[in-house]
Amino acid sequence: MNLAFRDIRHDLGRFLLTCLGLGLLLGVALAMVGIYRGVVDEALSLARALRADLWVVETGTRGPFAEASRIPGDVREAVARLPGVVAAGGVTFQTVEARHAGSPGGNAAPEGDPWRPRIGRVLRLQVVGYELDRPGGPPALVAGRPIARGRGEMVADRSSGLPIGAIVEMGGERFRVVGLSERTVSTGGDPLAWITLRDAQELQFRLAPPAARRAEAAGGGIQPQDTLNAVVARLSPHARIEDVALQARRWKHLAALTAAEQEAVLTRSVVERARRQLGMFTAVLLLVSAVIVALIVYTLTMDKMREIATLKLIGAPDRTIVALVMQQAVALGMVGFAGGAALLLSVKDVFPRRVLLGPGEIAGFGLVVLGICLVASLLGVRYALRVEPAQALGG
Amino acid sequence: MPALVELSGISKGFGSGEARVQALSDIRLSVGAGEVVGLRGPSGSGKSTLLNLVACILEPDAGLMRLAGEPVWRGRWLRGDLRALRRESIGFIFQFHNLLPFLDATDNVALAMTLNGRPLPEARRRARELLDYLQVGRRAAAMPAKLSGGEAQRVAIARALANSPRIILADEPTAALDSERAQVVMDLLRRVAQEHAAAVLVVTHDDKIFSRFDRLVSLRDGRIEAEERAAA
Repeated sequence: MNLAFRDIRHDLGRFLLTCLGLGLLLGVALAMVGIYRGVVDEALSLARALRADLWVVETGTRGPFAEASRIPGDVREAVARLPGVVAAGGVTFQTVEARHAGSPGGNAAPEGDPWRPRIGRVLRLQVVGYELDRPGGPPALVAGRPIARGRGEMVADRSSGLPIGAIVEMGGERFRVVGLSERTVSTGGDPLAWITLRDAQELQFRLAPPAARRAEAAGGGIQPQDTLNAVVARLSPHARIEDVALQARRWKHLAALTAAEQEAVLTRSVVERARRQLGMFTAVLLLVSAVIVALIVYTLTMDKMREIATLKLIGAPDRTIVALVMQQAVALGMVGFAGGAALLLSVKDVFPRRVLLGPGEIAGFGLVVLGICLVASLLGVRYALRVEPAQALGG
Repeated sequence: MPALVELSGISKGFGSGEARVQALSDIRLSVGAGEVVGLRGPSGSGKSTLLNLVACILEPDAGLMRLAGEPVWRGRWLRGDLRALRRESIGFIFQFHNLLPFLDATDNVALAMTLNGRPLPEARRRARELLDYLQVGRRAAAMPAKLSGGEAQRVAIARALANSPRIILADEPTAALDSERAQVVMDLLRRVAQEHAAAVLVVTHDDKIFSRFDRLVSLRDGRIEAEERAAA
């Protein structure tokens, strides 16, 4: 006879209401785990999207994501000639506030996605400039086609909400969205948008006409525009990445990072604070959950003081009492966790930033909740074991 | 009539030094099989302490205690597992029945048997027999909150009988009942004592039932003040 189950069934409404409250709290804690994982995944998605084995950047920097990195455009040719390099491409990165300027077809309100911007709405994009048919371009597209023309075309991440054919204004120029990628965002969660290197360089380095005239009058002349933030290279499967990086580092004005080093920079430096913040907040939420479970179980146990005393008086062994308290704590935690997880999974795509939760994270979190419930129930167990059988006697 | 409860020179005090209160002094009491003994006295006279001692949930300071023919305390507990002793040899009836609110009448009775190792289906069958015996069989599936006071007390008596104990301890079993139901409960206790050859010790303030005991023991200031045999 399972006393815990029978007690729950007897006052099911109260139990479910308690589970609902706990489930919401556990759902928030689980959301923090998902956001934590999402931040890390998004941080890596930019580097991974470019599928580079080697990043060549300005010397003394860990750029282009952790620090500013500017290198001449001809570095690409030099890197491409290194032994073991199969292909190399120059890339630039800049965060741009763009404006959705409509679509040629006149689809004023793009369908479906609630995050799709209205025409005229300002979008924040991480713009990647790359050389056509060289490393640095977008990964496999989920809609449309790659950039084919030299100018004025764009491939954007689907999370920007821009439909194929949308016109985007950036720096006074207009770009037409021809393709869509997926799950390609910056470390800050902004959607990536690829344009040609030449477009990107103009966007990044070209001065507005009054500023250009002033610079010329000051004797500085027109600044060269063929500047890159990095050169990304793909290596032959037979090449040792460390050897190629070593060769690139021999140029005193350049530094080289392997893909693994770039990912380490992104996770340990660029999003480190966000990661720690989220991690600590998750820990605090789990601690709060543990305290709340402990208090709930303690209160439930106190409410059953007379029943526990009666059980002891009629000879129930301690294991029966302990099982009653612990099974209820575990049921409370597991039902609350299941409710919280179901709620979160049903709304996670509405979050502005990615909430990444796989079966592994959910199962792991469930085990943590199970552990918390078992530990938190010890307070109730301690109380139950201290109840005197004599308390069953008398009025 | 063999004695199933035997207390000899039992004393019990609480606290120490000047704050010490002597709850019981030199109690000599014997309750035989089939006998129903009442224990009365004013508040603080030691009735509850005496019941707790016989229930083995308080330890005496001095004396000898034998339960169901077995020496249980002589200077120390002579049984290791007192809960097992309660499970096997003692049935309890409470003032407010103390049924578990989340079990129906059958399972409240069956629980006592499953705690004693009896399989649940067999325990439920025996529980229904006991409920029929106590004339509450038609309420076997009712939850305690749906039972009247008299019905709940009968279910509690059925639970007390579940493991066929030799000793039944009742703590004011009629205090929450009206006069008519109190008489019914006393009839049941007498019947149980005789048919099960059990010793029944009842703590009570209820003067309406004083005449229903074989003996009535009066306690005052922790001592047995008087012992009356009921008129035949």
